[in-house]
Amino acid sequence: MKAREFFELVNAKPIVIYDEGLLDNEYTTVFASDLMSDALAMVSGDAEETVLITGLMNVQSLRTAEILDVKVILFVRGKKPNQAMIDMAEELQISMYGTDLMMFDTCGILYEHGINGMK
Amino acid sequence: MTVLLHEDYIVERGDFKNAGKVSSTIKEKLKMIGIDAKILRRISIACYEAEINMLIHAWGGDISMDVSDDGTVRFVFKDPGPGIPDLDDAMTPGYSTASDDAREMGFGAGMGLPNIKKVSDSFDIASSPEGTTITLGFHL
Repeated sequence: MKAREFFELVNAKPIVIYDEGLLDNEYTTVFASDLMSDALAMVSGDAEETVLITGLMNVQSLRTAEILDVKVILFVRGKKPNQAMIDMAEELQISMYGTDLMMFDTCGILYEHGINGMK
Repeated sequence: MTVLLHEDYIVERGDFKNAGKVSSTIKEKLKMIGIDAKILRRISIACYEAEINMLIHAWGGDISMDVSDDGTVRFVFKDPGPGIPDLDDAMTPGYSTASDDAREMGFGAGMGLPNIKKVSDSFDIASSPEGTTITLGFHL
């Protein structure tokens, strides 16, 4: 699924877009968790086609994405990042989106449209 | 065997603000010398988990890295304590003694040490009240 459709489905708005071409990228899988240890243990395969969905609004979400080579984070539950996170996202070249939806609803909508979790 | 690259890093006690920064530096350094992306990701995950452990379970610590001409990277993570009371428990996926502060950072799932072992080619751990030392090896 193109990122454009992916974000439209869950009514996600951009917070930081590092890569302008991002919306034409294909995303096939998500990993959704507020626990970064779980993300570090579970995310495998092609991380560049994976979106990290989380409600963990602190720099460790970005650090985890960096370590895993994940380029896009979608924050749920309407949380807003502080300036330190925005600066760090730009430095790490990671794009951030946000939606007001709950994590369960976000994942449900995406799953219904063919996006899968980690195998 | 000759060490081609040696680096030492310090993880300051309680420096949660910079948690993961050493691992990020290590990743950049190894990327620059052209290490395969998949191996680099495994190394980065192990370093990040070990660095976080030094902050949330120990009083900071030292990290050393040796890249050798036999195609291996070796890491030693050494902290000054307080040590792990039961290593078998600590190696059990899901077992956690993490504080609320650690959980607020997104850690404390009880996956740290098992995950470090899983992604490493060699893993050794020794712990006493004087500190914990983890030695990891990766084949390039």
